[in-house]
Amino acid sequence: MSFPWAKHYQPTTTFGRYLDAKLPLPRFIYDSVGAGYPAPKNLNYFYNFGFLAGAALMIQIITGIVLAMHYRADTSLAFDSVEHIMRDVNSGWLIRYMHAVGASFFFAVVYIHIFRGLYYGSYKAPREVLWMLGVVILLLMMAAAFMGYVLVWGQMSFWGATVITNLFSAVPYVGETLHTWLLGGFAADNATLNRFFSLHYLLPFVILGVIILHVWALHIPGSNNPTGVDVKGPQDTVPFHPYYTAKDFFGLSVYLMLFAGVVCFLPNALGEPDNYIPANPLATPAEIVPEWYLLPFYAILKSFTVDFLFIPAKLWGVLAMVSAIALLFFLPWLDTSPVRSNTYRPLNRIFFWVLVADCLVLGYCGGHPPVEPLVRIGQLAAAYYFAHFLLIVPFVARIEKPLPLPHSINEAVLGKESKTGAPIGLQPPGYNETPAGTLGSGGATPQPAE
Amino acid sequence: MVRLGAFGVGLLFVVTLLWAAVQPRDPVQPDPVEKYHLAPVAIDWSWRGPGNAGIFGTFDRAQLQRGFAVYKGICSACHAIHRVAFRDLADIGFTAPQIKALAKEYDIPSIDDKTGEPSTRKGLPSDKFPLIYPNEIAARAAQNGALPPDLSLITKAREGGANYVHSLITGYRDAPKDWQVPDGLYYNPYFRSLNVAMPPPLSGDGQIEYADGTKATKDQMARDVATFLTWTAEPKLEARRSTGVAAVLFLAALSVLAYLSYVRVWADIKHPKAGAVPAE
Ligand code: HEC
Repeated sequence: MSFPWAKHYQPTTTFGRYLDAKLPLPRFIYDSVGAGYPAPKNLNYFYNFGFLAGAALMIQIITGIVLAMHYRADTSLAFDSVEHIMRDVNSGWLIRYMHAVGASFFFAVVYIHIFRGLYYGSYKAPREVLWMLGVVILLLMMAAAFMGYVLVWGQMSFWGATVITNLFSAVPYVGETLHTWLLGGFAADNATLNRFFSLHYLLPFVILGVIILHVWALHIPGSNNPTGVDVKGPQDTVPFHPYYTAKDFFGLSVYLMLFAGVVCFLPNALGEPDNYIPANPLATPAEIVPEWYLLPFYAILKSFTVDFLFIPAKLWGVLAMVSAIALLFFLPWLDTSPVRSNTYRPLNRIFFWVLVADCLVLGYCGGHPPVEPLVRIGQLAAAYYFAHFLLIVPFVARIEKPLPLPHSINEAVLGKESKTGAPIGLQPPGYNETPAGTLGSGGATPQPAE
Repeated sequence: MVRLGAFGVGLLFVVTLLWAAVQPRDPVQPDPVEKYHLAPVAIDWSWRGPGNAGIFGTFDRAQLQRGFAVYKGICSACHAIHRVAFRDLADIGFTAPQIKALAKEYDIPSIDDKTGEPSTRKGLPSDKFPLIYPNEIAARAAQNGALPPDLSLITKAREGGANYVHSLITGYRDAPKDWQVPDGLYYNPYFRSLNVAMPPPLSGDGQIEYADGTKATKDQMARDVATFLTWTAEPKLEARRSTGVAAVLFLAALSVLAYLSYVRVWADIKHPKAGAVPAE
């Protein structure tokens, strides 16, 4: 993106000019994360998490490549090769724990990033495609993490793989065929482990590719911001470098400190002890649970306990689990409120926090055995999850009276409010103090849906 | 269109879930195991450092060696530690000649280099502790149908870790009146099914003669062997913690510097001074 006031790259050396003519890589960097990219000046710490997610992915890729040098994807060797990494490979324990804990941190960061997007309305026009690419990344991450967990070939790996792949058999008519085709056999075995390894190595690079598209899509309208108000002029922005590079570097340092702490002091806190038992197809663990970051979706899956409308419970569960993520693709069109940020949406804000609590409740229910009252709580929580996105959000957008919006980011930073009391998108025409000519390519303020 | 479709789908899921939620539930039988099952007793382990926090502590080499003595003298009759090599014992304070001599006590399966027949040879420091039984069937045949698990990873493979191992091997007692213990099993409230196939391994004080003169009480032996098994499961634990302390200190210092530079960079935006030129 370039607002009209964005600076332009000026090569200063002969070599710089030469390179700029042949391969303008420095220009590309300057324009995307350098001084040539103006960003809203009011981004808070929650806006660090996109960069942190990228850093987390790089940690996964680097440690993962090293692990793959020592890992063997063979059901009789996999578990032993992981222990070989832990015991005999130089710093192997560090690499493996960084990779395992890194997956959890990656998800934690991405979930915060997603909820930040939900709170500040970053999914709304003009950023719908940006948001949808993000949902694609989430789906790919889940697939990659699930397959990675299977590679250890411990008890939870094996039984997790069995339970999750089994879901495909719920598909009407072709389910069994699909299930066998995916596993490469009738049960999770060598063929399964080998293809999971192959795909687990591939997916992070696919994710990297989609991240490039995601960041590209971000650079067209530019970042949203905590007010949700469009950038109006140069007074609203600062150059990405040095302002946000400095802030991201600070965020990264804190992130790495927490990461090092968990890797070195609590590396197994988020794992299941059962996965230190080699896989045994003859002994089912007392409880089969996925990693924490999949628990809310697992809870939704488990909540469908009765056949209903001629659809078996299992198929309901699978449909709902898929829908729980797929519905995010439609969110930009479900929420028709012209106001982006929940800071100015008193009613929606309440439901936002209910959703956060709801996801935590779902996570708790997903991680515990199905006994009452947890099953009922899980069912109600799952019902709320769907009601939130599919019923409440569209409805709230219709009835809510938003708070007065600031005229501009600059004004919000200085702490003033709109004088008419109407949201900026509903301001009387011509009210804008900023001359129209300085409006960037950042797209117009979203208009209320007709 | 989108909102109409969403409304339909949403309603469908919500109704299905609420329908499931109002179904009557089968009455649950109280789980008899739950009534007697005990959580492992929490112990302040020296290797978990101040506050049992697991940040600074290191293993006491003498305790690890005592733990190995308990393992070798008692547990090794049934349990292997097949992921540990003899030479790894250098980490817990054994000297090279001691390790060599110890390895020699074990027979390692091999191939006779004249006849090609399967045979055994004396162990070398690079060998792993051999399996006790060649396979699971042999183990079950010898152990009344039960399988003594390899103990190398046991403290990481059970909820409660070292606490669990300590509680399990010291926790045998008489079963309550209303609890049936099948023949050949032993009552132990720390075991998941309460009936464990392992006979009480620690019979009483003095079962082991400690080289360092420590009195070998049941509790002492259990603590020592649980410590030893913590080391076998996580031999790099000390390196991990010292790496962690160094890394966290370094990154904390880096964070402070990064914060200061962040504040400096932003100073002109957050506290604009008339006529000042923004940083770049
Ligand atoms: C006489 C053989 C024998 C001896 C000696 C023995 N065990 Fe066991 N052990 C077993 C058997 C058999 C099992 C399997 C129990 C079961 O599955 O019911 C077992 C299981 C275990 C378990 C796993 C329990 C679980 O949660 O699955 C641990 C831990 C254990 N033993 C520790 C020890 C320790 C420590 C010692 C030495 C102090 C020891 N054992 C000595 C036979 C033995």
